Amino acid sequence: MAPASRSAAPGKSASGLVADPGERSWQYAPAPESRHVVAIAPEYGLFVAGEFRPAADGATFVTVNPATEEPLTRVAAAGAADVDAAVAAARTAYDQVWGPMPGSERAKYLYRIARQLQERAREFAVLETLDNGKPIKESRDVDIPLAAAHFFYYAGWADKLEHAGFGPDPRPFGVAGQVIPWNFPLLMAAWKLAPALAAGNTCVLKPAETTPLTALLLAQVCQEAGLPPGVVNVLTGAGDTGAALVGHPGVNKVAFTGSTEVGKQIARAVAGTGKKLTLELGGKAANIVFDDAPVEQAVEGIVNGIFFNQGHVCCAGSRLLVQESVADVVVARLKRRLATLRLGDPLDKNTDIGAINSRPQLDKIGELTKAGEAEGAQRWSPPCELPDRGYWFPPTVFTGVSQSHRIAREEIFGPVLSVLTFRTPDEAVAKANNTPYGLSAGIWTDKGSRILWLAQKLRAGVVWANTYNRFDPASPFGGYQESGYGREGGRHGLAAYLNV
Amino acid sequence: MSVGIEAVTRPAPERWAIEPGDLATSDAALRQVLHGLPGVDEVGAAQRAAGLATRSIKKDAKLQALDMAVAMVDLTTLEGADTPGKVRAMCAKARQPDPGDHGVPPVAAVCVYPDLVGVARQAVAGSGVAVASVATAFPSGRASLAVKLADVADAVSAGADEVDMVIDRGAFLAGRYGAVYAEIRAVREACGPAHLKVILETGELGPLDNVARASWLAMMAGADFIKTSTGKVTPAATPPVALVMLAAARDFEEATGRRVGVKVAGGIRTAKDAIRYLVLVNEVAGPAWLTPKLFRIGASTLLNDLLMQRSKQLTGQYAGPDYFTLD
Amino acid sequence: MSESPPRLAVRKTYKLFIGGAFPRSESGRSYPVHGENGSLLAYAAHASRKDARDAVVAARKAFGGWSGATAYNRGQVLYRVAEMLEGRAAQFATEIAAADGNDAAGAEAEVAAAIDRWVWYAGWSDKVSQVAGAANPVAGPYFNFSVPEPAGVIAVVAPATSSLLGLVSVIAPVIVTGNTAVVIASQSRPLPAISLAEVLATSDLPGGVVNVLTGLTAELVPVLAGHMDVNAIDLTGVDPPARPPLEQLAASNVKRVTYGNEDWTAKPGTQRLMSFLEIKTVWHPAGT
Repeated sequence: MAPASRSAAPGKSASGLVADPGERSWQYAPAPESRHVVAIAPEYGLFVAGEFRPAADGATFVTVNPATEEPLTRVAAAGAADVDAAVAAARTAYDQVWGPMPGSERAKYLYRIARQLQERAREFAVLETLDNGKPIKESRDVDIPLAAAHFFYYAGWADKLEHAGFGPDPRPFGVAGQVIPWNFPLLMAAWKLAPALAAGNTCVLKPAETTPLTALLLAQVCQEAGLPPGVVNVLTGAGDTGAALVGHPGVNKVAFTGSTEVGKQIARAVAGTGKKLTLELGGKAANIVFDDAPVEQAVEGIVNGIFFNQGHVCCAGSRLLVQESVADVVVARLKRRLATLRLGDPLDKNTDIGAINSRPQLDKIGELTKAGEAEGAQRWSPPCELPDRGYWFPPTVFTGVSQSHRIAREEIFGPVLSVLTFRTPDEAVAKANNTPYGLSAGIWTDKGSRILWLAQKLRAGVVWANTYNRFDPASPFGGYQESGYGREGGRHGLAAYLNV
Repeated sequence: MSVGIEAVTRPAPERWAIEPGDLATSDAALRQVLHGLPGVDEVGAAQRAAGLATRSIKKDAKLQALDMAVAMVDLTTLEGADTPGKVRAMCAKARQPDPGDHGVPPVAAVCVYPDLVGVARQAVAGSGVAVASVATAFPSGRASLAVKLADVADAVSAGADEVDMVIDRGAFLAGRYGAVYAEIRAVREACGPAHLKVILETGELGPLDNVARASWLAMMAGADFIKTSTGKVTPAATPPVALVMLAAARDFEEATGRRVGVKVAGGIRTAKDAIRYLVLVNEVAGPAWLTPKLFRIGASTLLNDLLMQRSKQLTGQYAGPDYFTLD
Repeated sequence: MSESPPRLAVRKTYKLFIGGAFPRSESGRSYPVHGENGSLLAYAAHASRKDARDAVVAARKAFGGWSGATAYNRGQVLYRVAEMLEGRAAQFATEIAAADGNDAAGAEAEVAAAIDRWVWYAGWSDKVSQVAGAANPVAGPYFNFSVPEPAGVIAVVAPATSSLLGLVSVIAPVIVTGNTAVVIASQSRPLPAISLAEVLATSDLPGGVVNVLTGLTAELVPVLAGHMDVNAIDLTGVDPPARPPLEQLAASNVKRVTYGNEDWTAKPGTQRLMSFLEIKTVWHPAGT
């Protein structure tokens, strides 16, 4: 493993491969992005009715940088009274301003927000990395550009809903209550707000407890874009805030992204209330590699599938299903490739693997990996130096895993890959589908007909062939079965927010 | 980090893992081997190359990279209008790229047409800079085998340390792999003590699958280096092409125990480009390839940009072109 | 106390817009343009058949890059055009008030409508294939899908009146999907078209995607209608009685022909957007 800035032991290069004796190895010097690009205030309020204000009871909580455990700032904790106020503000804005507003005007607000995300991209990227722990190159190259693109895409639907295939005059629900997770904080906010607003709803957004900051900066952008007060409201807080929002009678539509366990709780809470619900929950995706796969790219796809964003991805390719005839070769190449991953300071531009988002998440990953060992799978990580402070977990591969192991069934949500084998395409399908989840899957083969056959057979809402973890605002995303219902992105993503 | 003649000593035959007698060399047999290689997904390869291009190389890492890059340059002039005077001027620069800073290493080699090898030899004598010559009806490769071998013989007898041959792309694209293989073998023989770089002319080969196949074919036939381009055709070297060739060299070593070098040439004009290629070498082939013995950059104008960037790293100020010599 | 004389304005020269540049007509001709009230506004270039030929060459050259760009990229460029239009709203209001004879408020309203119209079209770039494309459920083990693709170089005869709103309403739907355009501006009201070209030139729109010719419609349209490297022609700005011979000419290379003189103030449907698309259908077996 290549830590961000340490000299290699004599005779050994940073990547672990042995360099020519007598040749110096080449270390990448630290290349830190400056954290002063973004100004973090000492305290943040809730964003309700167009302004920032403290919680009604003054409650606050601290958010930390998971790479260092250093506190970043203090943020308001919304209570029941704040949820009331936010929902009321959203209702007023819907009835008086946003509901009657023509789509062409709504579109232009969304375009302004999209533009601002582009203009202030660097600030947002640094803030995201500080609050979430993900490498700056991911915030910069993936999260923030996709968030801006999402607003651009849905801005373009706001004034042409009659062409979206939902009837000549599809109407919104009213007030949407939206609860999002910590793994892609700004992007998840964009995935929720953009289609809801384009369709004509107003929103109350509850960002995750450990990652409130980019949502608050987005609220500032909404303010600066002139978005009418109450159209977007941001309530920072913990699980109880989310529960209060979801349960509030003034909310017409609930959208949730998070764990399957909490998704089920929400479905129960909403049952019988008439509220519309969409859920985007967990997954245990199979990344299927055939004997005729383009091997070099397949190895990249495996790495990207489970180690992108430290594995904190609902659609992560957490089960490698490799055809038995090539299993040894693929695993050997995978291990060699993992030795070049760089784990360390997320603000370093050369870091590939950042911090785990929180202590509880780190504990959960630890617990499941111990279970994996206890169940008899073989555990391997590249040699890795973990920083002393912060929440860190090295990329980990389990081989000799079978379907009945916990690490093959339960979502770990960390940089841990379970490797299983299969013999035939039929067997690959059976094993891939043998899960209550159904969010995503990957297929690696040179044969087009096999890709299309498998795509038809796999019970997964997103199938990636010869690629993995590709997202686009035009491409619908969502799961089957216990991975949730409803789609985000694309024309289909409007359905969640139109009362048709 | 000078190269020296020892770097170009012909490898002993027993180090070649695939002897001519071992491998059936008919078109059909070679097709089995080459078409049996795993495919290359073009989009995935481009994505990986683009990802590695975001590596941020700063400060002492950048200085080290710039020095490495200078030492890996094959300073090249391959023009119809080349004269002994032009070649001598270039060789003087090759020995001493920056007269104002003797800390700058000499380049790895100079690269000229066979009829100017003698001039080049005299001009670089005693400096450790090798003399590379193109041959085999460079750049098109369209001539009889006899003519191509005579071309090689001229270069070698004039004292070339290294020979850069071109493969017969027409034969390759027509599937006549046996002919391509045989030609490389024959040139390898004719090189004698000189080391052989095989130019694939990747810009004419089409998809990356063909780049991988041509790389393996050349390595199996005994190439010491595989090289992207003649520099006379666009596109020349590109990061995805280099990625495929570096991966092929890495995998060839794994399969046979023999390390083959990679040379990128054509269109590499800036230090930024050069450093991106070094990152590819480091992370795809591995740090063992970060030496002029196994990685070269064929270039002419690149050298001054490397020197300008080096100057900026050392002084903190942006340099101007007037402070560096033209060939 | 004597007043200083009023400052003399620097008058704009109105040239053609071809390949991203502003050349004069190769014929060296120009013609006077008068406002609705009869006053002389300026001279506009009087384009020749050779200018038309050059414009088609430029449009064809630009087609590969523009149609090959991502839909997202085209949407971004068109949105940028809207930003530039907004910045020049006052200038356009003055120009169309003089050309079309509206009062100031009417002209401002028309400019605002033109900008919003452009924004509407910008948002279509990454949605057309979701609305016009399909996965087709054929009766066999095949995956079958249809995607719309841009037809190529489109000749557009802009409406004779409505010098800005009508103009953007016929150009935007052509280029947002990846086509390139050769536009014949209104003969009597050409000046806003050249000002629009200035906006396009400063909006990251690649040269050649839109080319604007000013001059005599009756001279220029037949050249484009019969041109063998033009894929489709929109005859909106041609009077209905004059259309039949042009449609005859268009048949020489089986051009797609469209026309329609709508109420430009009404919200457009998708008919114009879909007119310049070819539908490509692909089959692939699905089997292990």
